[in-house]
Amino acid sequence: MFDVIVIGGGVVGGLILRELTKYHLNVCLLEKASDVSMGASKANSGIVHAGFDATPNSNKAKFNVLGNEMMEKVTGELGVKFRRNGSLVVAFSAEEIETLKELKARGEQNGVSGLEIISQERLREMEKNISDEALGALYAPTGGIVCPYELTIAAIGNAMDNGAKLETEFEVVKIVKNEECFVLSSSKGKTIEGKIVINAAGLQSGKIAALAGDSGIEIKGRKGEYILLDRESGDFVSHTLFFTPTKLGKGILVTQTEDGNILLGPTAEELENAGTDTSAQGLAFVIEKARKMCKNPPLFNTITSFAGVRAYSSKGDFIIEESKTVKGLIHCAGIESPGLTAAPAIAKFVVETLVGGSLRLIKNENFNGARTPDYFFKNLSTEEKNAIIARDPSYGKIVCRCEQITEGEILRAIRANPPARDIDGVKRRTRSGMGRCQGGFCQPYIAELIAKERGVSLEQVTKCGDGSELIMGVTK
Amino acid sequence: MKKNYDIVIIGGGPAGLAAAVAAYDNGVKDILILEREERLGGILNQCIHNGFGLTRFKESLSGPEYAARFIDEVQKRQIEVCTQTTVLALSKEKQVTVINSAQGVFTVQAKSVVLAMGCRERSRGALNVAGSRPAGIYSAGTAQKYVNIKGYLPGKRVVILGSGDIGLIMARRMTLEGAKVLAVCEIMPYSSGLKRNIAQCLDDFGIPLYLSHTITKIEGEKRVTGVVVSKVDENKRPIAGTEMHFDCDTVLFSVGLIPENELTKMAGIELSPKTRGAVVYQNRETDTDGVFACGNVLQVHDLVDFVSEEAEIAGKAAAQYVLNGAKVREEISVNTGNNISYVLPQKIDRNAGGQVKLFFRVTNTFKNCTITATSGGEVIAKRKKRIAVPGEMETLLLTEKTLAGINDEIVVSLEVDE
Repeated sequence: MFDVIVIGGGVVGGLILRELTKYHLNVCLLEKASDVSMGASKANSGIVHAGFDATPNSNKAKFNVLGNEMMEKVTGELGVKFRRNGSLVVAFSAEEIETLKELKARGEQNGVSGLEIISQERLREMEKNISDEALGALYAPTGGIVCPYELTIAAIGNAMDNGAKLETEFEVVKIVKNEECFVLSSSKGKTIEGKIVINAAGLQSGKIAALAGDSGIEIKGRKGEYILLDRESGDFVSHTLFFTPTKLGKGILVTQTEDGNILLGPTAEELENAGTDTSAQGLAFVIEKARKMCKNPPLFNTITSFAGVRAYSSKGDFIIEESKTVKGLIHCAGIESPGLTAAPAIAKFVVETLVGGSLRLIKNENFNGARTPDYFFKNLSTEEKNAIIARDPSYGKIVCRCEQITEGEILRAIRANPPARDIDGVKRRTRSGMGRCQGGFCQPYIAELIAKERGVSLEQVTKCGDGSELIMGVTK
Repeated sequence: MKKNYDIVIIGGGPAGLAAAVAAYDNGVKDILILEREERLGGILNQCIHNGFGLTRFKESLSGPEYAARFIDEVQKRQIEVCTQTTVLALSKEKQVTVINSAQGVFTVQAKSVVLAMGCRERSRGALNVAGSRPAGIYSAGTAQKYVNIKGYLPGKRVVILGSGDIGLIMARRMTLEGAKVLAVCEIMPYSSGLKRNIAQCLDDFGIPLYLSHTITKIEGEKRVTGVVVSKVDENKRPIAGTEMHFDCDTVLFSVGLIPENELTKMAGIELSPKTRGAVVYQNRETDTDGVFACGNVLQVHDLVDFVSEEAEIAGKAAAQYVLNGAKVREEISVNTGNNISYVLPQKIDRNAGGQVKLFFRVTNTFKNCTITATSGGEVIAKRKKRIAVPGEMETLLLTEKTLAGINDEIVVSLEVDE
């Protein structure tokens, strides 16, 4: 029996899992997909928000500001790239300038430091491609960028290295609570027992709550469409540019990503089904807004477009609490933006306060929070690269030419915790296939590496789990 | 591998091979060819169909056979080749930084560099096609690799977007392997592929070609289950109400080739926005003395025979540069006029002497037209065409005598005859 079972392998569940391994607890994470980080944490803006947006005293405000402060430490330990590039909320009218003042006051109330309203002149100095129509901005130097799936995968990998268990393709369809524990059953007939269950199931967190007998969580989904530009245009903007929020919504953002691309988006569309289709209208909206924010966005350098989902609660705030009706069930639900930023603080609070309220927490002296990455091989010095190649020649072989990813990094992604089992899993761990050719050259090669490492045939290798096999037979 | 070479050639495909042989035969023996794949030959290795070499060898060869002819020549001359070696960086000072398993990361100093990195396919992502992102979406070249090199069939019911040559070749190839190719869609009102490929790869197999059509939606969660195809107006915008649905498990994209000039950019060499390759003189020298470019990294060619021809120009010039050093140039620029999308070389050095062949493409399909090169208001070369299409590269020859008589920029244009 596990002490704690976490449902949901997103950034919240992942960081909670890691936090749990700091104590003498037997813990497990359940994920319904074939890999972790497959829901909201797969495709979002990757922004570490400063914290001026949330209503004072809300969970969003509290965990946003705390999470922002924790980001250096957690990403540093996990070897995840993170940078405070600073955020700019851009005003296009006198009315919007007034809104900036309100935002600044709200941010200060939330405890955000360094906020400053800057002039048009200064804005133009900071962002050479900003629209001529932009009049000024709220500058938040503590805003930053991080890759959501990189953080999620690293957190879960580190937790596993410290003894946590991961069960993928475990879709919880039944939860029974007896006197001692919860018994969770999967759609494939597996069962697992745990004393405490943490519901970090994203879009499914309302359903999970209901399965456990708590009907008080109402979760809806929203879809956001994005366009990603080549690293070649990576210096088009350097800060994260937001529109001033209006009654009609927040609009899109234009930002650098931590990997050096430019990201435009997202739209905000109510989700009718679970799909992440893009639409012609959605992408046209993103382009229209990007053109309003900046002069001549380099759309000719588009390398892909995609959509992500985010779950939000009917309460308009994060739900982070023990269930009022089911003891031992802890909800982390409705974690929409700024959830990525808040996640480290949520994890700490959930484990120390909520789990600690039921179980005795004894420090795990053997916990090692460090995860040494070699998957930024490209960024190492020549000496460092050569030392690694001398030890393992597979690092001397470039497989993904656009992103300069080596065979060694791909093999590591397939072998290390949590192991990549398909093309997209390798892609999220290494960036192979994320460049301008979008895997055109390297995919067959990576498929062969996966087949060989996992001891399966090439016909069994998938893009993203069962049903997404790459090929449909052999030639005549 | 040594630390210094007279000539380093980046890329061991058809361009790099021909450049190496030409450089050697023009007097420079100290040459290194760098190739990232396991064997020489480049993309020709997966082009097992025939039709290569008709111009050059007057016979129809397969891609590997065509490559083998040049690989033999390279081996005969004992030119040094380093395979499974990727170039990471190139500097303006002609330092080439490479990586491989045996030697790690190291830098080679060249006196002259020939850029022969080839091109890559535009991907689905670059087009912003709406819909889902399931398995079963491939560029035509990736599908070709699975079929011809790996021996696997990527899908059974196929829709192809783009009627470039690779798409046409793959329509036939997939059909021969038992797949059903339902449609080839082309957003333009004409195909960018060779006429012979449309006849031999589509018409002969009854595969419909939908001109002025594009894919407007891809469906399927895990694997492609279908696509929506719409007719487009003259501005390439989908026309509502013209949607057709195809049930398919595979979509192949053959929507253009992009020269792979990341290293060229890194070295600070000027690129043309029209070709997306380097700006060159007639000897294929870039704006950086001693750095030459040829083949599909310079301009996307229709036939490999022309790649070889261009590479020989660059290889010979690289050898001359090593032997004689940089030249004093007298420069005339070459520009595009009406109905011409690009012209190459972009600059002519009159001091070099000899004739110059201009290569260019037209912007649309034209019937009964005249292509002219003019300078200072005078027509200096001209050619009448019954038909000119963007899919086939055009040429005009400027003789040494013509070049001696002009002083102003040269403009190439096409006018439809009255």
